Amino acid sequence: MISQFFVLSLRGDNIVFRDYRGDVPKGSAEIFFRKVKFWQGEEGEDAPPVFKVDGVNYLHVKVGGLLFVATTRVNLSPALILELLQRIARVTKDYLGILNEDSLRKNFVLVYELLDEMIDFGYPQTTSTEALKSFVFNEPVVIDAARLPNLGPAALFIQGTKRVPGTSVTKSVVANETGGRKREEVFVDIIEKISVTFNASGYVLTSEIDGTIQMKSYLSGNPEIRVALNEDLSIGRSEFGGAFGGGSMVILDDCNFHESVRLDDFETEHYLTLVPPDGEFPVMNYRMTQEFKPPFKVFPVIEEAGPFKAEVVLKVRADFPANVTANTVALRLPLPKTTSRMSFELEAGATGQSTDFKEANKTMEWSLRKIVGGSEHTVRAKLTLTQERNVNIRKEAGPISMSFTIPMFNASKLAVRYLQVVKKSKSYNPYRWVRYVTHSNSYVVRV
Amino acid sequence: MNAENRKGELAELKAQLRQLAGSRAPGVEDLKRELYKKVINYLTVGIDVSSLFSEMVMCSATSDLVLKKMCYLYVGNYARGHPDLALLTINFLQKDCQDDDPMIRGLALRSLCSLRVKNLVEYLVGPLERGLKDNNGYVRSVAAMGALKLYHIAPSSCIDNEFPVTLKALLLHDSDPQVVANCLYALLEIWSMEGNSSEAALREKESLLHSNVILSLLNRFKDFSEWAQCLVLELVSKYVPADSQETHDMMDLLDDRLQHANSAVVLATIKVFLHLTMSMADVHQKVYERIKAPLLTLVSSGSAELSYAVLSHLHLLVMRAPMLFASDYKHFYCRYSDPSYVKKLKLEMLTAVANESNTYDIVTELSEYAANVDVTIARESIRAVGKIALQQYDVNAIVDRLLQFLEMEKDYVTAETLVLVKDLLRKYPQWSHDCIAVVGGVSSKSITEPKAKAALIWMLGEYAYDMNDAPYVLEGLVQNWAEEPFPEVRLELLTAVAKCFFKRPPETVKILGSALSYGLADANQDVHDRALLYYRLLQQSVEIAERVINPPKQAVSVFAGDQSSEIKDRIFDEFNSLSVVYRQPSYMFLDKDHRSPFTFSEDTGSSILGPHSPEREDLASDYDARDNALLLSSHEKEDSRAVSNGSHGYNAPKSQALQQDPFAPIPSSSSPTQPVRPAQASAPPQEPVSSSAASPLLAVDDLLGLGPIIPTEPTPSVPQLNLNPKPALDPASFKRKWGQLTVALTLEYTFPVEALHGLTRPQPLVRHMQSNSVQCMASGNAPLKFFFFAQLSDAAPNTGFFLVELVVTTSSGHASAKIKADEASMAPGFADCLRSALSRFSA
Repeated sequence: MISQFFVLSLRGDNIVFRDYRGDVPKGSAEIFFRKVKFWQGEEGEDAPPVFKVDGVNYLHVKVGGLLFVATTRVNLSPALILELLQRIARVTKDYLGILNEDSLRKNFVLVYELLDEMIDFGYPQTTSTEALKSFVFNEPVVIDAARLPNLGPAALFIQGTKRVPGTSVTKSVVANETGGRKREEVFVDIIEKISVTFNASGYVLTSEIDGTIQMKSYLSGNPEIRVALNEDLSIGRSEFGGAFGGGSMVILDDCNFHESVRLDDFETEHYLTLVPPDGEFPVMNYRMTQEFKPPFKVFPVIEEAGPFKAEVVLKVRADFPANVTANTVALRLPLPKTTSRMSFELEAGATGQSTDFKEANKTMEWSLRKIVGGSEHTVRAKLTLTQERNVNIRKEAGPISMSFTIPMFNASKLAVRYLQVVKKSKSYNPYRWVRYVTHSNSYVVRV
Repeated sequence: MNAENRKGELAELKAQLRQLAGSRAPGVEDLKRELYKKVINYLTVGIDVSSLFSEMVMCSATSDLVLKKMCYLYVGNYARGHPDLALLTINFLQKDCQDDDPMIRGLALRSLCSLRVKNLVEYLVGPLERGLKDNNGYVRSVAAMGALKLYHIAPSSCIDNEFPVTLKALLLHDSDPQVVANCLYALLEIWSMEGNSSEAALREKESLLHSNVILSLLNRFKDFSEWAQCLVLELVSKYVPADSQETHDMMDLLDDRLQHANSAVVLATIKVFLHLTMSMADVHQKVYERIKAPLLTLVSSGSAELSYAVLSHLHLLVMRAPMLFASDYKHFYCRYSDPSYVKKLKLEMLTAVANESNTYDIVTELSEYAANVDVTIARESIRAVGKIALQQYDVNAIVDRLLQFLEMEKDYVTAETLVLVKDLLRKYPQWSHDCIAVVGGVSSKSITEPKAKAALIWMLGEYAYDMNDAPYVLEGLVQNWAEEPFPEVRLELLTAVAKCFFKRPPETVKILGSALSYGLADANQDVHDRALLYYRLLQQSVEIAERVINPPKQAVSVFAGDQSSEIKDRIFDEFNSLSVVYRQPSYMFLDKDHRSPFTFSEDTGSSILGPHSPEREDLASDYDARDNALLLSSHEKEDSRAVSNGSHGYNAPKSQALQQDPFAPIPSSSSPTQPVRPAQASAPPQEPVSSSAASPLLAVDDLLGLGPIIPTEPTPSVPQLNLNPKPALDPASFKRKWGQLTVALTLEYTFPVEALHGLTRPQPLVRHMQSNSVQCMASGNAPLKFFFFAQLSDAAPNTGFFLVELVVTTSSGHASAKIKADEASMAPGFADCLRSALSRFSA
């Protein structure tokens, strides 16, 4: 059982605090925060999510710029506590629409209501957004949505917003729409995080896709939903993995499912049947190491150009269809410590691109607001070094790390063939949204 | 807000609340809500608002649920500190407990039970009894938790009113799964705590493992919430199925839990599978295969925090089954986006899975990280290469990497590399030519880190023949003695100069002289003492000095510092708990009274141990282990940090000693990062022998492995039977023997009154018996109980043992011993020894 639960801002302010057992001294939040902030005496070092101080175990997760923390004195399952903390964060988000310091502060009484039902005397009780509805009486104070972009679900993908798509909508499961009636709709997002490492010659060393099919349902009356996936889907890499099927097959290494999912017809028909609970939840998580075509190829050139000079040329090519556009693309390249100055030269007519030299960690950054599929972009940079080096300059630079978001694209080719809402009435035709998005997780190019 | 302002605000709030209390004006509820919110806000940020208690209670007479809940929250926070005020709330809470709305009944009951005020207990019993019989599941589940809360406030009231009996009935028959789960939480806690003083409670707790309970829980398994599933799985992992069919049925039933998206459910299921199949080697192996993919998915699909928790478990598994992930090593490559705590674990995974077939790839990858901008990870990566190098035999590949690292000319990379080379040489002295060639180019001036500098100096002394300019480099270092800030380096310098002297006397004699005189004048005690020791040794005889300071070395085959297998087993028993993350068994980091309610065996051990229940052997072993734990803890607590700190491979001379004699007092190493010397090397004189040790000689001898020891206390009156002063018997064999042998003799003894205060804990008697050649296998405190063993001095290995179970009633000093013996005919003689040893015990 847990002794205390609290939520801290990244500055260490107590936003929510609940003591369940009275066996951990007061001041635990301060002890925790000091420890996290100066882990091993250094600021900026990531504290592990589980540690102990004076016989008290502290477990925490970071969500939405907040620290969700539990303390305990007994030898619990760390996975259980961390999952529980994450669930509490998710349920809170379901109710508040947006999870951040502001929304939490404005709604802390509602949060206490939720907490009291989710944990009793330190033991987890019900954490289903739906079951909790009957216990919550406070109306959420929805924080100023005007500052956020238009919430039309499709708009999310057209605009190059900073907001992470796939967190789908920012409306509360309990708050009433301004129009009065709630809209019948369901969102299914296929969110993929891809990790690729290229070696210095441009070959793929490792690649992996970690995907989630995420659902958020606003349907009344809990109808059953069927999510049909690719017909050529197979799970578990066989000995001949990918050797046959000419690459058209989608082979997942492994996957797991939300507990509401029934898999009766999964093996044969490749569809998942479920009665979606309220709120946002992952229907299925999957992992794929089958080869796929990386969406970007980077061609770096790093050369000495004189005793105190060097030149860097980065070229990036978008290897995906032209009707798809990646946004918020950024490339970072650590440079030799002796680099003192840099000058950049963008290609002619470049728009939405910017470059920067971060003096503190000697890193060059190149950001592109968008890249259209099939296009190529180049940046040239001249470096001034403070020291003449005889060692190969490439050894002191790199690796390049790249981050991006590509809406309406998924590298695995896993697809939702159809999304069926089973309901008796024929006129019932709720909005169904199926959206794809690919994020970079760890996209590294060695030089 | 300063104190003055705050006072004013509180006074204002108080007045406003008072005003609203009696008002029935429309809209008053909204006003109240606003005020309440303000109060709760203060409460959250830590401002004391207890002065508003009576006003808050006055305002709580409302039908508005939102207000009610805020009021409950407030009352729950302050009642404990203000019991007199809490009484004010009893009335309305009791009334609400009988409301028509089940939600209000539940809320009120929960608040009532959360007051934590002892003298209000009488008001609790009635509502609780009604609550447990309520027709609404929510109310019953609140009541089940309420019974547990009552137990914490007033245990006797909870027991006397037979709440546990009611809870047990609900556990088996309630229709609401949350009620069942809460009953189980409550019963486990109540009976664990009661079990400290009552045998009956232990049996009750044990009865939760009865097949009818387990089966009733498993039959409705899918009805439970995922958290409750974890609870049930944890219980099931302690269950011993009747036969292998039952095991298979259970595994079939639970198999789809491995596909669950919640990592806690998956890990709990894995624990069940691993424990169920412990004795079925082939199935156990298949379990490992089965759980691999789901675990890897959890690592990559979850948040960084959960990756960390799951990776910790993977590390534990891979230590038990190294081949398991050998082909999946790429999953443990670090990702750019991983936080450093995940990266560090992945580096350890890579070290652990490295074998002949994948080493090349792994080391290549690690070398990439060595160039990483993140210095911590770069260092860890080089250390990982070092650890892998120590497992492998490919000298050329390794030397290539070393050259690569040194070429990078980053000071921290060079420093880590030097330490790595030193350890390599200690294990593979035959590589000295290749390695020395690499190190030769490193200038001692460019190294600032003490560990690296000490490593380089060690190599200069050790390989003075191979490194031509060794004396001259050392000379330069000695000349800068005063500028060397680290005693660690100066100590090493003394030794290296001395060793160099034995190898190349003419070139070194002058340097040695100045090093000794610097050393004798050194402000650091250890440096001074070492210089003095060398000086006197050299005065005596150069040959003797050489034999002490520079004896021929044997390569180190295994570096101490790996955890003993016993500790690893204990961690494995505690799979899916914090122990795995900390890499410490729970007894090392938890207070005794905070052990998990799941630790069945430790509480029930005494009732099930013995030859009558061989089928419960596994539990008995837990008991033994727990007793070991109790005993070990006193030695190990102060060192536990060092043990757990597995990233340093060299820190535990003590665990080496532990393996030989787990109970010998251990000299505490002055520097946890100082490597262990090869066995015949000079005993590092700076290591002070723990003064609290009862028999320091024993420990030192153990550490150095110098053959038979001199018993610290001669035993004149016990000559009939010669006992081996240092018998070796591992817990498993002890257990086996104990199970096989029958009781040869029983012995009754009563300790004199003056010895009693030495019996408040097991350690004094354990030490005493040790000095009488009777070793302790395990001991426990409540009741005071020991398992001892001894061996005839001339017996062949694994024969001639005597095993003793000794139970002491601490109040009367009465002790009764059961003696089992490999040779029953010798038992009476041994009994005499034992009796006389006991009679010499004084506190």
